Amino acid sequence: MPQIFTASADTRLRAIALILAAGILGGGMFIGGYMNSTYTTRIGWVQNQPVPFSHEHHVGGLGIDCRYCHTAVETSARAGLPPTHICMTCHSQIWTGAPALEPVRQSLASDKPLEWNRVARVPDYVFFNHSIHINRGVPCVECHGRVDQMPLMMQAKPFQMQWCLDCHRDPAPHLRPPDQVTRLDWTQWEADKDHEVYGKLMVKAFGIEPKHLDSCNICHR
Amino acid sequence: MTQQVSPGAHGSSLNRYAAITGEITQIPISFPQRRNWWIAFAFALTLLLIFFVSAIVVFWNGVGVWGINIPVNWGLAISNYIWWLGIGHAGTLISAMLLLMNEHWRNALNRFAEAMTLFAVVCAGLYPILHLGRFWYFYWMAPYPNTMNIWPQFKSPLTWDFFAVLTYLIVSVLFWYIGVIPDLAATRDRTQKRRQQVFYGLFALGWRGSARHWARWQQAYRLTAAIAVPLVVSVHSEVSLLFAAGPIPGWNSTVFPPYFVLGAAFSGFAVVSMIATVLRYAFDLEDLVTARHLDLLGKLLLASGLMTSYGYISEVFFTLYSGVQHDVLTLQHRLGGTYAWSYWGAVICNFVPLQLLWWHNIRTNPLPLFLIGLSVTVGMWCERYMLLVTALYKDYLVSSWGEYHASFWEWSLYIGTLGVFLVPFLLFVRFLPMISSFEIKEALYEEEERGRDA
Repeated sequence: MPQIFTASADTRLRAIALILAAGILGGGMFIGGYMNSTYTTRIGWVQNQPVPFSHEHHVGGLGIDCRYCHTAVETSARAGLPPTHICMTCHSQIWTGAPALEPVRQSLASDKPLEWNRVARVPDYVFFNHSIHINRGVPCVECHGRVDQMPLMMQAKPFQMQWCLDCHRDPAPHLRPPDQVTRLDWTQWEADKDHEVYGKLMVKAFGIEPKHLDSCNICHR
Repeated sequence: MTQQVSPGAHGSSLNRYAAITGEITQIPISFPQRRNWWIAFAFALTLLLIFFVSAIVVFWNGVGVWGINIPVNWGLAISNYIWWLGIGHAGTLISAMLLLMNEHWRNALNRFAEAMTLFAVVCAGLYPILHLGRFWYFYWMAPYPNTMNIWPQFKSPLTWDFFAVLTYLIVSVLFWYIGVIPDLAATRDRTQKRRQQVFYGLFALGWRGSARHWARWQQAYRLTAAIAVPLVVSVHSEVSLLFAAGPIPGWNSTVFPPYFVLGAAFSGFAVVSMIATVLRYAFDLEDLVTARHLDLLGKLLLASGLMTSYGYISEVFFTLYSGVQHDVLTLQHRLGGTYAWSYWGAVICNFVPLQLLWWHNIRTNPLPLFLIGLSVTVGMWCERYMLLVTALYKDYLVSSWGEYHASFWEWSLYIGTLGVFLVPFLLFVRFLPMISSFEIKEALYEEEERGRDA
């Protein structure tokens, strides 16, 4: 009876098995890397905007407080994007003819708000409330990064659930005095050893209970 | 290659061995029942199509197209899941447990019983995923490193359900495949067609039947059997905890794990009996699946049935003995409520025709055995339905009582899973040696040796 398979059949079968195993392993690792890559998390990726607004200039350079534009951040779930009128408090006086600001003037004239593209995005099944975080002293920089160093706005932190939970399960090190919540540079504060107990004391003072903070329905309702 | 027939005392038995292998391997090589097989296969494909349509409807619209709602939020999907998984148990029991106990009569039944297990577990495993609603997140049940920083709730039976079914599936596939390798090689050696030679040769993994091959094979087979044996008991125990761990009257009972395991074996033996009688009739295998095998299957069916009935009796007894008001009320709803048909259907279909199996004549007669198997299969389906629905539809709060009626898409999905079972099973019957020829020969040889020694 003639042979059914050639002498190399075993080798080929083993090679296929090896390739399959490597493919499964490699595929798993690729997915793992993909999920944590900045391509997925959007860290450092600049969004197109109708006006090239520079936080570096307005916050870092001019020292305008976050709340001057994001007016609702202390009282509502959303921080709020500024209406065109807020831009025009200054830009009706300075840079009135700048070509870059043409969409702002258009917006004012036509009474249509500027259509900014969202940078910091949480999924629709997450109920994030700015006001509670601000009022308990989670500083803006904790989630949005050093916006005073961003010429164009980009995401600074991976908005993944594990990142949310890291803080919810151990909030103390992330708390700062609520009256300084918009401060962006905390290096001096962190260098001061007296401040080490601050977070723990505030957790106690505010009655924050980490074991309730990671309940599903805190964020998913 | 056929066995060399040597002259002498062993000549006739060697001939007989070759004939057994020939009889079994000849079925996939030149299939005898082509027409009937195609009719059955077309029917099965239709059922499979119904499955796909029903699944797409559920995926597209969500589980709202089913009749489930509060208070009965587990409907046909879960009761069918348990039913299918239970059916699978007999295959493992016959194959693994009886192998390690050296019960050689199992050798005529194990191959198709294992195939049945495999495809029944697939049907069962599909249901929880279909029931998820957001089925594309099914992998969340697995503990894998994720960006959410959460793990499955290891205290929940639902998590262990996932592990149980997956383990069961993997071990069943391995056990079944290891067992079929020598027969694939025998089929490869006996076929003349190039395509079949390549097909069987590929999956026989270069089996040449050397002593070393056999020694390794024995090791692997027995080891896998040893892994599979605990699964016979553990998987359906775990499934029963989905119910028993909940504080629901009618579920919260310590008898559930053994009750479920025995019920599973019972329904499985019923389906094995049905398959055995059909296959031996369709392919003239009366000399391999003998009257003795039917007799033993009948006895197993009877024994496991009586043990299952113990579960029924103890449930009623302990409810009345405890006297807990709501437990007694649930019992009343079972025996006389809206779903009394499922309770009495289970009792009657499971245990009344079963009593015929006390007679030897009935046990060895294929037709009654088939019909009793069918009745038990229906009865066990009623039981799963009854356990699920009657405990939920009238909960503690009278204000939230409600009824459950399966919708069209639930029924069609159930009918569809019959196709999910039948299509691969018919392919198995068509293309693989459906009885383990070498294990039958082994049993035969040992019997003869024993006869010679005596």
